[in-house]
Amino acid sequence: MKATSPDLARLVGMLRTMLLIRAFEEKADELFALGRIHGTMHLSLGQEAVAVGVCAALRPDDYILSTHRGHGHCLAKGAEPHLMMAEFLGKETGYCRGRGGSMHIADVRGGNLGANGIVAGGLPIATGVGLSIQMRRTGQVCVAFFGDGAANEGAFHESLNLAAIWTLPVVFVCENNQYAMSMPARRAMRVERVSDRAAAYGMPGLTVDGMDVLAVHEAAASAVERARAGGGPTLLECVTYRYKGHSKSDRQRYRGRDEVEAWRARDPIARLRARLADAGALDEAEADRLAAEAAAVIEDALRFAEAQPEPDPAALLEDVYA
Amino acid sequence: MRVVTYAEAVREALRQALADDERVFLLGEDIGVYGGAFGVTDGLLAEFGPERVRDTPISEAAITGCAIGAAVTGMRPVLEIQFMDFMTLAMEQLVLQAAKMRYMFGGTARVPMVLRTPAGSGTGAAAQHSESLEAWFVHVPGLKVVAPSSPADARGLLLASIRDDNPVIFVEHKLLYRTRGEVPEVPAPIPLGTAEVKRAGDDVTVIATSVMVPRALAAAERLAAEGVAVEVVDPRTLRPLDTETLVASARKTGRVVVVYEAVKTLGIGAEIAARIAESEAFYHLHAPIVRLGGQEVPIPYNRRLEAAAVPQEDDIVAAVRQVMAA
Repeated sequence: MKATSPDLARLVGMLRTMLLIRAFEEKADELFALGRIHGTMHLSLGQEAVAVGVCAALRPDDYILSTHRGHGHCLAKGAEPHLMMAEFLGKETGYCRGRGGSMHIADVRGGNLGANGIVAGGLPIATGVGLSIQMRRTGQVCVAFFGDGAANEGAFHESLNLAAIWTLPVVFVCENNQYAMSMPARRAMRVERVSDRAAAYGMPGLTVDGMDVLAVHEAAASAVERARAGGGPTLLECVTYRYKGHSKSDRQRYRGRDEVEAWRARDPIARLRARLADAGALDEAEADRLAAEAAAVIEDALRFAEAQPEPDPAALLEDVYA
Repeated sequence: MRVVTYAEAVREALRQALADDERVFLLGEDIGVYGGAFGVTDGLLAEFGPERVRDTPISEAAITGCAIGAAVTGMRPVLEIQFMDFMTLAMEQLVLQAAKMRYMFGGTARVPMVLRTPAGSGTGAAAQHSESLEAWFVHVPGLKVVAPSSPADARGLLLASIRDDNPVIFVEHKLLYRTRGEVPEVPAPIPLGTAEVKRAGDDVTVIATSVMVPRALAAAERLAAEGVAVEVVDPRTLRPLDTETLVASARKTGRVVVVYEAVKTLGIGAEIAARIAESEAFYHLHAPIVRLGGQEVPIPYNRRLEAAAVPQEDDIVAAVRQVMAA
């Protein structure tokens, strides 16, 4: 590795995580097509820079609340790919004992308080995590991820207001990927940017290029620092794009191939690779090697997961109550 | 023993929990200076300060989620939802988040929170401030539902609810707030899921919940004068339900009236009647089980109509006579 400064070393680390997320999701997509993953899933391919840029600004003991499109958040927060893969295959040793699957993937010990099947469902919870941090005086921060669709839910309004009036250490990260299922953000909001709404709550709001991990990271780091220092919440909008459909049933009638290709041309992983190459930190062959390493980690994870036991139906009722 | 009101008993339990455990805090609309819409939290702000007795904006979804998030990260919040009717505004957070979080996450999370709420009719507040929705929550695995009928039960059950590691819906009846009863100075928690025989009798079992318990006890007193020995059983916790105690009483008397304020169809009494019918007590029944529930109507404003919408003492007396005659 030729990374020449701590900053570049950090960027290489972010590249590794983005490659890991991409390899994980491409494998998950493939496993779904083979009928080996049950139910549905929501892929975040294309959005890796947001999860990685934000989570790189967090301490291990910080919290995140994730969304239905949460694979990237989970890995970026430090989850183990093999325990995630075991969960995707519905295995007893997966993160959620095979009870949650892709849509409820959580790593509570690692500070990921869960993907969420309900749009905006994590936002109210984030206020409580923030309040708990404030009352316990631990200096932690909570990041609440949500999408452009969630910004039109009532819970968004209630939660941002509550976080603002109590100066809670919460960073609200909107992944504006242009579509709430099929509804384009531009038709669902009269304002141009989700971050314009921050003014209504008396908190800073900003919009960054969500396809640029460095831009995301710098904005997130400053919002996290502000929250940790007692400065209160921020609304950070990251403009991004999902390459795949909303879920597995999506025929993508609401967008054209040209649009998808135009966004793919701005791919966050390719851009970071180019940036590192320009800086002389990582050449093409080294970057390819990192991608191969990520793919190997995911293959190992899959081998692990396949060998794991299924849950026993006799244990069906366990963990409904503590 | 000293006598306190039901509202005081709730307040005492809150005070005891706040004093005993620094993780406990209260949040809700107008619970601070105002003292709560029904005065239940009166004085606690002065005693424990604004961080632990926390006034919130009118944002039921957010404050419910706030309690969940605090609970899952190590606090033990006690949330007041000002009227049970307003729980409709918090349903998603309660039903899809609080109740399921532990299970969805494979047992790695716990959500030790209590949601207290005043329920029921009889105050002239009409259709949007008089609901009895407890059965909605009983229907959700992951939640516990408690409905005390006396000051002593309110005190002991609230303590147990706050110490429980699960989300507990604690249903207080508005008409009970001013009722009085004996409460020990420092009472023990009452385990959730335990029914209590409030009055013993051999002829007929009246299973009553919440405000219907004092009405059933008054009815039992009148019926005693007619030579009918009524056993009054209060489940106290609706989920988990102490089926064993209910079935044992039904088996002993062979006659059962179930009385509850909520709309009769699919109310808690429907479940209680079904459990008795499914049990071995069925073979000991001398008459069909009678369910006495609320009428199939929104709660009306007019005093006479309002009283007619839910079971009253006279209705319980009549229902008991009916099962005794069968």
